[in-house]
Amino acid sequence: MSGQEMTGAQIVIRALLDHGVDTIFGYPGGAVLPIYDEIFKQEGIKHILVRHEQGAVHAAEGYARSTGKPGVVLVTSGPGATNAVTGLTDALMDSIPLICLTGQVPTHLIGSDAFQECDTVGITRPCTKHNWLVNSVDELTRVMHESFYVATNGRPGPVVVDIPKDVQFASGTYEGPANVVHKTYRPQIKGDASAITRAVELMAGAKKPIFYTGGGVINSGPNASLLLRQLAEMTGYPVTSTLMGLGAYPSHEDQWLGMLGMHGTYEANNAMHDCDVMICVGARFDDRVTGRLDAFSPNSKKIHIDIDPSSINKNVHVDVPIIGDCAHVLEDMIRIWKSKVAQPDKEALADWWRQIDTWRGRKSLAFKQDESGPIKPQQAIQRLYELTKDRETYITTEVGQHQMWAAQHYHFDEPNRWLTSGGLGTMGYGLPAAIGAQIAHPDALVIDIAGEASIQMCMQEMSTAIQFMLPVKIFILNNEYMGMVRQWQELLHGGRYSHSYSEALPDFVKLAEAYGGTGIRASKPEELDAKITEMLDAPGPVIFDCLVDPAENCYPMIPSGAPHNEMILGEDPNAPTVTEEGKMLV
Amino acid sequence: MSDLSKSERHVLAVLVDNEAGVLARVIGLFSGRGYNIESLTVAEVDAAEHMSRITVVTKATPAVVEQILAQLDRLVPVHKVVDLSVDDIPSVNREMALIKVASTGDKRVEALRLSEAFRARVIDTTHSSFVFEVTGTPEKIEAFINLMRPLGLVDVSRTGVVAIARGAEGM
Repeated sequence: MSGQEMTGAQIVIRALLDHGVDTIFGYPGGAVLPIYDEIFKQEGIKHILVRHEQGAVHAAEGYARSTGKPGVVLVTSGPGATNAVTGLTDALMDSIPLICLTGQVPTHLIGSDAFQECDTVGITRPCTKHNWLVNSVDELTRVMHESFYVATNGRPGPVVVDIPKDVQFASGTYEGPANVVHKTYRPQIKGDASAITRAVELMAGAKKPIFYTGGGVINSGPNASLLLRQLAEMTGYPVTSTLMGLGAYPSHEDQWLGMLGMHGTYEANNAMHDCDVMICVGARFDDRVTGRLDAFSPNSKKIHIDIDPSSINKNVHVDVPIIGDCAHVLEDMIRIWKSKVAQPDKEALADWWRQIDTWRGRKSLAFKQDESGPIKPQQAIQRLYELTKDRETYITTEVGQHQMWAAQHYHFDEPNRWLTSGGLGTMGYGLPAAIGAQIAHPDALVIDIAGEASIQMCMQEMSTAIQFMLPVKIFILNNEYMGMVRQWQELLHGGRYSHSYSEALPDFVKLAEAYGGTGIRASKPEELDAKITEMLDAPGPVIFDCLVDPAENCYPMIPSGAPHNEMILGEDPNAPTVTEEGKMLV
Repeated sequence: MSDLSKSERHVLAVLVDNEAGVLARVIGLFSGRGYNIESLTVAEVDAAEHMSRITVVTKATPAVVEQILAQLDRLVPVHKVVDLSVDDIPSVNREMALIKVASTGDKRVEALRLSEAFRARVIDTTHSSFVFEVTGTPEKIEAFINLMRPLGLVDVSRTGVVAIARGAEGM
């Protein structure tokens, strides 16, 4: 097949269209003007102008996570590229497929410290799955197609394509994506059959089993979530999930134990600690999940399904590693389980559930809402959940206490509905991510559950929401503190609240109005429902300033350096404390 | 079974696409994740296919070596990674060094005599100096350098280890 002659900038747009891209998030500048000129001349791709490049990347992440499709970002050279770095690192940590196109100074100026020049591929090498500097227009078609392949195949991740301005102007040949085969990158999708068989045998013999699932199930696509539900139903085994995996298994099911980890439920963490067979599906034994490693689930055989071989045995030694895509492996597991006519040990399982029910009886997520106020943040999330659960709702968050309360008290029944920065823990993620999700789902309800500190990190994107008439709702749990920092200072640093008070806060209601949106404030428990309804009824973007108890801490909590079975359940004077070793951890 | 908490020296062969930045990716992986590099060599080995071979010598516990292999293997331009220090893949290791020794009289004679014992070649000479070329295992080169120290050792330049598996099989 012979190709078509066109300029580099036209090749970029054409390749995006051929890969089914309908939206890009970007910010123009000198080194990407030829591409912006092509955007101007076409209608197939919608460009969302952000107010800061970090916002562009988070918005693309929100788009990607809520759709399962790769997000696309377009920024200029120099500061455009460096501003994207936080978002790229965020996407790398959470395995989100992104294609970030960066402009670069013309090839003859590279290395001369030209205006708005930076070593973009050098800077982004450790924070991307892969990156390319396109030295000639002859490479552009191949690199554009490869970039989509690499970002979306295997463990997904962000990639950067750095395109010098002269390459955008130069004329070259474009060929469609069908002709490109990657030379080296071929991730393993199917799991090893003998390993899966061994896993099924272990599962069938289990007396105290648990499914520990993660973001890999979501990334594998909606089918993986269905298969997980099927396998859970066939076995009757309890299911817990990481922060990243919420929604893959429905929260209303009896087998659901809630989230595990540092702020996970008492039952999930104790079940992880005491289990005899752990089936890890698309999770990576992150330190937020494991707590003290040498005391992590000491008596269990561990099965680990992961598409990334480097996740196997990285933090925790596992007994049956299975490298492959979650959906493929789960499908094989179900097939082998059925063919063996495997039966769970009913008696042992009944004992196990009785044990789990005693842990559940501790009601680790309980809190006390005084009628006279102040509003407890957990109460605010619960009311938000009750008033929005019957809609098609997407929840994004910033990072901190509000994020954990949202994970604990907002409940998810579907994958791709919960968009939060897990690995990197990026304050400022939630608002732009909400914008990306709203673009992808124009008729859905998109809420950024935020804190008053985090929201100010990408507040400028409110202007984007106004410009594109995106009715995102920003629900701020305003406790006038960087709450998680304050909580750690209380628990670990003698209550010395060094620089964690949110001094000089803006009036969020007026701020919303200044941007052209709606501002709402609630300060009493009894007004929550009416004000939340008012927020939901407002046609455009809303900033909801929910004034909550500034002293409330996020519990339950595994203190740093402690094992799963030593949780702090609340304001208990006899609660385990953080060890000197634990203080060293983050 | 080897002691799981003990660091061992491993020689890793990494076949990569010879594209811009590939060495930086490998080195960045080691520095970013806190792995140790004892030596690293790289050169193109197949010009037609644009392939380079990197030989890395590292010291790590068995668990970390497993991680290093997996982390290297998932770099996009990496074709293949092989640990040449495991029992089922016997391999040969060689290193080359150029060693400058400046001395006169008895010391000069002694340096030349020892170089013969090590099968080192003299590749440059003046009335007061030699440059020796010596090839062998890193231990042999180390031994030769130590012998030259009291005899007027001036400069050492070493290639780092290259390695290849024994037998008929390719990588």
